[in-house]
Amino acid sequence: MPINVLMPALSPTMEKGNLAKWLKKEGDSIKSGDVLAEIETDKATMEVEAVDEGVLAKIIVPEGTADVPVNDLIALIAGEGEDPGSVQAPGGGAKAEAPKASPAEAPKADAKTSDNAQMSYARSNEAPDAAKAVNPAAGQPAASPASGGEGGRVFSSPLARRLAKMDGIDLGAIQGTGPHGRVIARDVQAAKAGGGLKAPASQAAAEAPKAADAPKAASPAPKAAPAGGAPAGLTTDQVKGFYAKDAYEEVPLDGMRKTIAKRLTEAMQVAPHFYLTVDCELDALMTLRETLNGSAGKDKDGKPAFKLSVNDFVIKAMGLALTRVPAANAVWAEDRILRFKHAEVGVAVAIDGGLFTPVIRRADEKTLSTISKEMKDFAARARAKKLKPEEYQGGVTSVSNLGMFGIKHFTAVINPPQSSILAVGAGEKRVVVKDGAPAVVQVMTCTLSCDHRVLDGALGAELVSAFKGLIENPMGMLV
Amino acid sequence: MSETYDVLIIGAGPGGYVTAIRAAQLGFKTAVVDREHLGGICLNWGCIPTKALLRSAEIFHYFQHPGEYGLTAEKVGFDTAAIVKRSRGVSARLNGGVGMLLKKNKVDVIWGEATVESVAKGNQPGQVTVKESKRAEPPKGAKGAGSYQAKHIIVATGARPRALPGIEPDKKQIWTYYEAMVPETMPKSLLVMGSGAIGIEFASFYRTMGAEVTVVEVLPQILPVEDAEIAAMARKRFEKQGIKILTGAKVTKVEKASDSITATIEGGDGKPQQIKAEKMISAVGVVGNIENLGLEKLGVKTDRGCIVTDGLGRTNVPGLYAIGDVAGPPMLAHKAEHEGVICIETIKGLHTHPMDKGKIPGCTYCQPQIASVGLTEAKAKEQGFQVKVGRFPFAGNGKAIALGEPDGMIKTVFDAKTGQLLGAHMVGAEVTELIQGYVVAMNLESTEEELMHTVFPHPTLSEMMHESVLDAYGKVIHT
Repeated sequence: MPINVLMPALSPTMEKGNLAKWLKKEGDSIKSGDVLAEIETDKATMEVEAVDEGVLAKIIVPEGTADVPVNDLIALIAGEGEDPGSVQAPGGGAKAEAPKASPAEAPKADAKTSDNAQMSYARSNEAPDAAKAVNPAAGQPAASPASGGEGGRVFSSPLARRLAKMDGIDLGAIQGTGPHGRVIARDVQAAKAGGGLKAPASQAAAEAPKAADAPKAASPAPKAAPAGGAPAGLTTDQVKGFYAKDAYEEVPLDGMRKTIAKRLTEAMQVAPHFYLTVDCELDALMTLRETLNGSAGKDKDGKPAFKLSVNDFVIKAMGLALTRVPAANAVWAEDRILRFKHAEVGVAVAIDGGLFTPVIRRADEKTLSTISKEMKDFAARARAKKLKPEEYQGGVTSVSNLGMFGIKHFTAVINPPQSSILAVGAGEKRVVVKDGAPAVVQVMTCTLSCDHRVLDGALGAELVSAFKGLIENPMGMLV
Repeated sequence: MSETYDVLIIGAGPGGYVTAIRAAQLGFKTAVVDREHLGGICLNWGCIPTKALLRSAEIFHYFQHPGEYGLTAEKVGFDTAAIVKRSRGVSARLNGGVGMLLKKNKVDVIWGEATVESVAKGNQPGQVTVKESKRAEPPKGAKGAGSYQAKHIIVATGARPRALPGIEPDKKQIWTYYEAMVPETMPKSLLVMGSGAIGIEFASFYRTMGAEVTVVEVLPQILPVEDAEIAAMARKRFEKQGIKILTGAKVTKVEKASDSITATIEGGDGKPQQIKAEKMISAVGVVGNIENLGLEKLGVKTDRGCIVTDGLGRTNVPGLYAIGDVAGPPMLAHKAEHEGVICIETIKGLHTHPMDKGKIPGCTYCQPQIASVGLTEAKAKEQGFQVKVGRFPFAGNGKAIALGEPDGMIKTVFDAKTGQLLGAHMVGAEVTELIQGYVVAMNLESTEEELMHTVFPHPTLSEMMHESVLDAYGKVIHT
């Protein structure tokens, strides 16, 4: 029997991806560990690694195909003794019934290949058990095979469709509980009542918690979504109608752009934001930074072993502040709050055409030099789009720094499922009143956006105040 | 120590034996205990043998009106013993069939009266003691009295006729369905107490066979669970056939003579009246068989003679389950079967939902037949629905006219707001075979639109189902 190569799920919530490139041709012999293809998701480009031996008999999905649903048959490998020429795609549709979330496969592949993000594919004949073994939640049909993502057919009952239409609810945003994930009337009623929405589609992005960290990763998205899904806004034709035809060029959306649009729209609708702005004096920190950088030893290439940036201090300070205000080190999870022991701080890294927010884990424990080194690595790999999903998923808060552009003050949109984000402005010399007299000090304005479901005003202020204290007395970050 | 079963089911009625077969299919080592007959009341003393009797009555009825079809038949008569023998033969045949099915699925049959001594705790299986049954000979290959162990114990002991104090059935003059099923001679006159499905079916049978029949119903409507309009239409037909019907009336006293009973009836037509009849059938409902099973000792929660479950068959005692009549109304074989499958699949860990009791059809096989599913018009209004009601008479249907069955109606009730099919109610020839069309539609959550778009074959009675829907929306063709 030929082996079915299925579209892998690169993250628990991934529903589809683009088949960017085939690295093997039909007729090529395949060894376990060979890279078969590159899959592009909203943010990352991942390599699909073979776990079988044989001959690549047939490529079902040609390269350059966009939005291939997870678990769709993408190729066939003829096993030993099989004639690759006679291998046929199985009848009755290419869709495998395997539960889609099979993050199980990821670590296996990663273990062998240190740097590159790689995924082995799910084979239809083994996926169910493999998935079940590591992710009990995957055993439930709840993983919504009902919808093929945007544009795909959402299986639903006539009554459910009518109810959704009457209530203006996007069917695609509803978690179906009928047979094979079909959306039925009670699901729409539940969505109307404020529950039962599924994790937003196609967002392997920064936001989804890792399966390993949060076994409920595949559970419905935050509850408060008003009637599900984003309001449609203006249609393409409506928008184009406002402009002369030759006044613009059309830029197709890539996965990252779609994800940013979708997730951040949702964030603003779902998470009630409020903002806390504080000025932090930087003089002590600048002095300490100079001292520390000056004391850095040389590595074997003769370069300084580290060079701390102000942002590294900001990350560390947020990490420590979160652990000092434990109630703020938490995220909203539909019917409960998840409170963390260690601080996970995401850092927005701008790249061409979008951004990543890789997460510094245990930022409270790590030394400034470790944080600095990790950030350099993350930033480099973010620009190459080589971050692994688990490196940009999770996090309790994020840091977004636009100081290098001279921005003095701004507010940022919380990156779900995180509960806050710190918008950091430029450090600049300002005249302030000190002890009744004008004085020149270096000041950085920071604004924390808070999710009110988790953080109340006073709690947010406590967090901001702890952060400010650490920035202004930076020696506290060294001990 | 005897061997341990995964699943032990007490009661081999339609709920119990179906559950046993499904359990075996799921890989459970399964046993079913019964004290009297495989197939339970349904197959031996209920649904099936009454259908055999009613078939004899139906054919006899046609023989009495041959001229309507251009036929002649003379010296038409019947042989009560032969009618009963045929009915018993049908039961015996199916009874043997159940035995074969159980054997084929490797389900052990244990013969006797079961008492649950304990339920499974940790690795310790539950204990069931089976005492010898005096009621019937065990079928071939059945295991006998003894102590048995099982991890999961399912109570499926069904129900028995309810007895009213002072009017207890005596098997001779006051019958239950047991005696009514096997008359030695056809009684000349009969009083039927209760106008539910059982009472009405026997009233219809005995009237067709020539008895003077009086039906006494305490509620204002015969067939109290049916739609008022349908029940009224049926009543008219029954009265035309010569059945005397007293509603809102109560049998308060029964005096027995050697060859008759005299019942005192209050209410109905005003002053108390006395009705003399050769026999009387008590059909005032059934009560769950919850006694002598050891339930009290285990602390199993019961309510009004039935075991309380969570909709998936689980009782308040882990390891003990209940399905079918003993788990509460509606007390119907098809409900028991379905409930049993849900229960065992839940035990297996499959994804199950509690049965939607609002979508269980009910059938009464009198002449004319009655069938219904979902809400009556009155119930729908009571629940706050704004309804659209469709009606279509048999007189407007070609097939019905050709059959010589121009009396009857199909009624549909829709939610005016959403188009949801809330209920369907039928009276007339063969409607018990039609109702499932609406049941499927309801389970698929069809709205009026899909039903209107469905092509019904011509010429069939089912066309009336289409027309009734059309009528609800003012689009009916043939009236």
